[in-house]
Amino acid sequence: MKTLKLSVIAFLFSIIGTSSFAQNADEIISKYITTIGGAEKLKALKGVKMEMSVNAGGMEIPVELVQLPGGKMYVKINLQGKELTQMASDGNTMWTTNFMTMKAEKADAETTANAKLSNQDFPDALLDYKAKGYSAEYVGKETKEGTECFKVKFTKKPVTVDGVKTDDVTYYFFDTENNLPIATEAEIKEGPMKGQKSVSTMSDYQEVDGIFFPFSMNQGGQDLKVKKISFNPVVDEKAFAFPTE
Amino acid sequence: MLGIFFIHKYMKKINLFIAITTLTIAVNVTAQEKIVLKGKELFGDIKARHIGPALMSGRITDLTMHPTNNKVIYTATAGGGVWKSNNGGASFTPIFDEHIQSIGCIAIDPSKPDQNIWVGTGETWTRNSVSMGDGIYKSTDGGQNWKNMGLPKSDRISSIIVDPSNSDIVWVGVLGALWGNSDERGVYKTTDGGTTWQKVFFVDNKTGCSDLIMDANNPNIMYASFWEFRRTPWSFSSGGTQSALFKSTDGGKTWNKIHNGFPAGKLGRIAIAIAPSNSNILYSVLETEKSNLNGLYRSEDAGASWKHLNSDFGLVVRPFYFSRIVIDPKNPDIVAKGGLTGSISRDGGKTFKSLGNMHSDIHDIAFDNIDSNRIFCGTDGGVYRSWDGGNSMEMVANIPVSQFYHVSIDDKEPYNVYGGLQDNGSWYGPTKSSGGVEARDWIRIGQGDGFRVIKHATKNIIYSEMQGAENVWRYNTDTKELVTIEPLAVKGDPKLRFNWNAPMEISKKQPDRFYMGSQFVHKSEDMGKSWTKISPDLTTNDKVKMNQENSGGLSKDNSGAENHCTIFTIAESPVNENVIWAGTDDGNVQITQDGGKTWTNVVTNITGLPKNTWCYHIEASVFGAGIAYAVFEGHANNDYTPYTYKTTDYGKTWKSIITADVDGFVRNIQEDFVNENLLFLGTEKGLYITIDGGANWSHFTNNMPSVAVHFMEMNKKTNDLVMATHGRGVIILDDISPLRQINQEVLNKDLHFFDLKPNVIEEQSDFGTTATEMEFVGGNPDTRAQIIYYLKKRHTLGKMDMEIQDENGNKIVSLSPGKQKGINLVTWSYNMKNPKIAAGKTISYAGFTAPRVQEGNYKVVLTKGKETYTHTITVKNDPKSALSAADRKKQMETTRTLFNMNEKLAYSVYEIDETVKLLTQLIEKSKAFTKEGTKIKTAFETLKAKMVVTTGDGYVGTAEPELREKLGDLYADIAANFKAPSNSQLENMELVNQLFDSADAEFKALKTKYQATYLKQATTNSIPFVLKTFDEFVKE
Repeated sequence: MKTLKLSVIAFLFSIIGTSSFAQNADEIISKYITTIGGAEKLKALKGVKMEMSVNAGGMEIPVELVQLPGGKMYVKINLQGKELTQMASDGNTMWTTNFMTMKAEKADAETTANAKLSNQDFPDALLDYKAKGYSAEYVGKETKEGTECFKVKFTKKPVTVDGVKTDDVTYYFFDTENNLPIATEAEIKEGPMKGQKSVSTMSDYQEVDGIFFPFSMNQGGQDLKVKKISFNPVVDEKAFAFPTE
Repeated sequence: MLGIFFIHKYMKKINLFIAITTLTIAVNVTAQEKIVLKGKELFGDIKARHIGPALMSGRITDLTMHPTNNKVIYTATAGGGVWKSNNGGASFTPIFDEHIQSIGCIAIDPSKPDQNIWVGTGETWTRNSVSMGDGIYKSTDGGQNWKNMGLPKSDRISSIIVDPSNSDIVWVGVLGALWGNSDERGVYKTTDGGTTWQKVFFVDNKTGCSDLIMDANNPNIMYASFWEFRRTPWSFSSGGTQSALFKSTDGGKTWNKIHNGFPAGKLGRIAIAIAPSNSNILYSVLETEKSNLNGLYRSEDAGASWKHLNSDFGLVVRPFYFSRIVIDPKNPDIVAKGGLTGSISRDGGKTFKSLGNMHSDIHDIAFDNIDSNRIFCGTDGGVYRSWDGGNSMEMVANIPVSQFYHVSIDDKEPYNVYGGLQDNGSWYGPTKSSGGVEARDWIRIGQGDGFRVIKHATKNIIYSEMQGAENVWRYNTDTKELVTIEPLAVKGDPKLRFNWNAPMEISKKQPDRFYMGSQFVHKSEDMGKSWTKISPDLTTNDKVKMNQENSGGLSKDNSGAENHCTIFTIAESPVNENVIWAGTDDGNVQITQDGGKTWTNVVTNITGLPKNTWCYHIEASVFGAGIAYAVFEGHANNDYTPYTYKTTDYGKTWKSIITADVDGFVRNIQEDFVNENLLFLGTEKGLYITIDGGANWSHFTNNMPSVAVHFMEMNKKTNDLVMATHGRGVIILDDISPLRQINQEVLNKDLHFFDLKPNVIEEQSDFGTTATEMEFVGGNPDTRAQIIYYLKKRHTLGKMDMEIQDENGNKIVSLSPGKQKGINLVTWSYNMKNPKIAAGKTISYAGFTAPRVQEGNYKVVLTKGKETYTHTITVKNDPKSALSAADRKKQMETTRTLFNMNEKLAYSVYEIDETVKLLTQLIEKSKAFTKEGTKIKTAFETLKAKMVVTTGDGYVGTAEPELREKLGDLYADIAANFKAPSNSQLENMELVNQLFDSADAEFKALKTKYQATYLKQATTNSIPFVLKTFDEFVKE
């Protein structure tokens, strides 16, 4: 009995051991890409549509997110039967809807320029990150969400805030058990919250046609639940473009 | 494709195998070892709540400006960590909460100013209450993340210089230990970014580097001042033969004294500065043997010779506290000096005037590099900013680094907190207020340095004190009567020795009883009007430790702060009022069991405690008259070991309850009053919690900085732990009752719901905060319903959902469950589903108003993968409510009626919209139908325009309200109120009913008239027309 127990422990250690000693950002990220479905599968994606709901203390608001390569995206919410584009971009112009007038307004030039720096991110900024000009550094282990994580410092191209070039750094926390990101942290760069940390968490990873997605997210205190994900949606280009009246 | 599928299948198999083997091991483990979760693995969503205050802020030790971007400023504090401003000093954010909070200095790497920031811990303004540091830290991302880079025994770091052309080369000035000898002093250098350090210059183990600066124009030239200094618990000494000013011209390899022009003899603390605009001009401030030679010296030849310029009060005052001289970045003749008020010279140091009005005790001054009329000052009361060269000063209002020595609470709802602060008097304020706890809520209740403040148990009377019990006040908050009541010496008494922070205590049994401690325990039974000594001198009465008159070294400093051989803590047993404990600063623990007739010193029964270690707190237990905890701290003897002991036999035997988990010496312990094994420990580095009587301790870090916790109290009504922190104000852990329920059985469950007190729907409303944008506002306790559960493992894969159901299992709302390992907290605002609202041109606020549930039991249903966990929570009406059951019922029924009308209207509008869509298609398809189709469409659209606004915007372009708006407003008003609908509202409802009925009738009439026609057209043209049912529509 004693021998058996020992061998089981030894075996377990060898399996866990290989994962917990992956102290290299590249390895962690490439393992993550493999875990969620593999680079090939991800690269074949031509677009993703997520039907979600925001839960505000029991009030659920439907949200539709569409992302296409080249920075094309929109977030639409449905309030009282009205569909409102909360944010959209055709890869060149980012815009929102003003809640007073219900009319489209362009985002400020810096916001648009900064967003354009991420146009090539689809479907995942971490995929081929070096080719995108990004860098990743393994910082060490840290406990997040009560669980042990690999902490990876992920640096994208510098953004411009109030005319000053600023590092764009996000810390990813991959749980050591599944090697999936369960939290990210980034410094808020502008506005009244400037200098504070923005924290997001992800869970409920589920498979959609061979690719794993987090079906539950909390972004800065706001809960998002994914109801349905579909690939390669057919979307009218007009949905992304700033409306001309 | 196949490959990926194969990988996944393969992975699944491995996972399954791991699961099986893990299970096998888990079974074995359960039988043998218990689950011990530490810190972040356990506490999860239990987060500390900060209520400040920030209105008096706290001691600032160092200010550092970004070299080129004047929006960025870093602030170091005495006990509240590091704060960063990104908005030119308008507001600051804490960025160093995970590490020790006493800070000596901050440095920015000149070549990577947005990335590399260095922090040297351990304040160098060495007052009696100063804390300590634990080394040097570095951030490579502008302060978001930090790493300790060594020098663990440096105690206090005065200066850091990063080579302007090489980020890996850094020099550090280590002042070192205050309370003892230490070899870790002097100048250190790294050439590998902090991985390794070499000591490049050392004087002796008593003398540390108090300032290290570099010539920005020539990095080989450096100046270092060295200071011989020492504190004991009963004295302070500044100065000696080793204090000196040195210069190196070879990058720190060799150092030479530059005293040409300085007086001979012993020197004290020396400040040094070099003009950024002229490397030859230096200023130095000296503490010497002769008072007329103290003060400012200037060199115009890079230190080769010095000339004495000024020995005004502002230049010589308390060198240990104010040795900072700062030069304008552009003009070498403009110099500012820290001090009681701060001084500035515009003639090269010949004459000075005071800086503008601000809190006293200025420790650092920073000129804006771009516009030197912008000046920042760090004081004992926060950061001040000036736009006019220091004439007028404005306080930064969002840095709550207040340094409490003590806290007490009352039994009001919401309860108030009372406490005194370093150099900032005594205050009380609420733990909950409109829109949050802010500056307007705090009331001053004492002057000078504040320490202990206690509210009378039953009367509106508050006791407070200032340093050394020079004044003890009794204040009646109803009559505003203020009297001084300190115990005074009577015939035959020796001089009464009160500690700087003198103990006061009230009795749990006799509300008018009031204790104070000098070397004697003084007792009053009439709120301080008359006093009786109920003990002999309980201290060691060691005359060697009573020579405070000669304390200070070269500059005498007899503030009373070094008074010694005094009683520091008094505790009357809550179980038996004749059992009284007294702990002294010179290490005695005395107990009487007969109300003071006889006393026994029981400290000798403690093994492992060094002699004369300061007894900082005694907690007399609620679980038995003989049970007590005693906390000792020896930091003033250079001993940072944590000491905490428990006795169950009136001090005959003691057991240490400290483990290796505890970091930092201990100042306070608080027991839970329900679970004897649940204890809270306040250390110099934060809060520790044990759930097993001290067998294991966990560092609590959720929104809880590693700040010195000087005192704690627990509220018996709310189960809140209230902490007096010496650097981050009052911090509260709301309702710790879940921690009482944690045991091995709970920890071994996959998921466990904690039983909580009933959730009360509070009915009080207010109009919120009065604070301006840049003011600190502390949080209020959460009044929503709470669902708290423990998860054994973080939920990452697969679904996990939560909903609230009524007792019959009908869903009320969905909530988002927390997924972390440890304790998760989910809140619910007692709301049901929101009404479905008619689609119009604008958004209706009624759509955001949900009806509230009634009081009763509700089921929490949590599904995780295939498992379902349920738990029942109780919701109660506010016991303070004046609302009758009948009125409650009326409100609920009216709300429901209006809710249903909103949804019916929404459905009618939906039907109309679908019909109009159909008609539009028909008109397009069939020319023959155009005329009639258009007529029908117009009829429907005209009706819709009466039902809901179809024009205008959401602001001042708004359209006149239609039925939806009138109905919605009435619904939202009645649903949100805590009262029965008023007559006016009911009359208004009749009107709305009428409009509703008439619109409904019109809609029905239109359908009767036209439906057959357009449905026939639809069939003919093969256009499907299927409407959702009402139920489908409202549920979507």
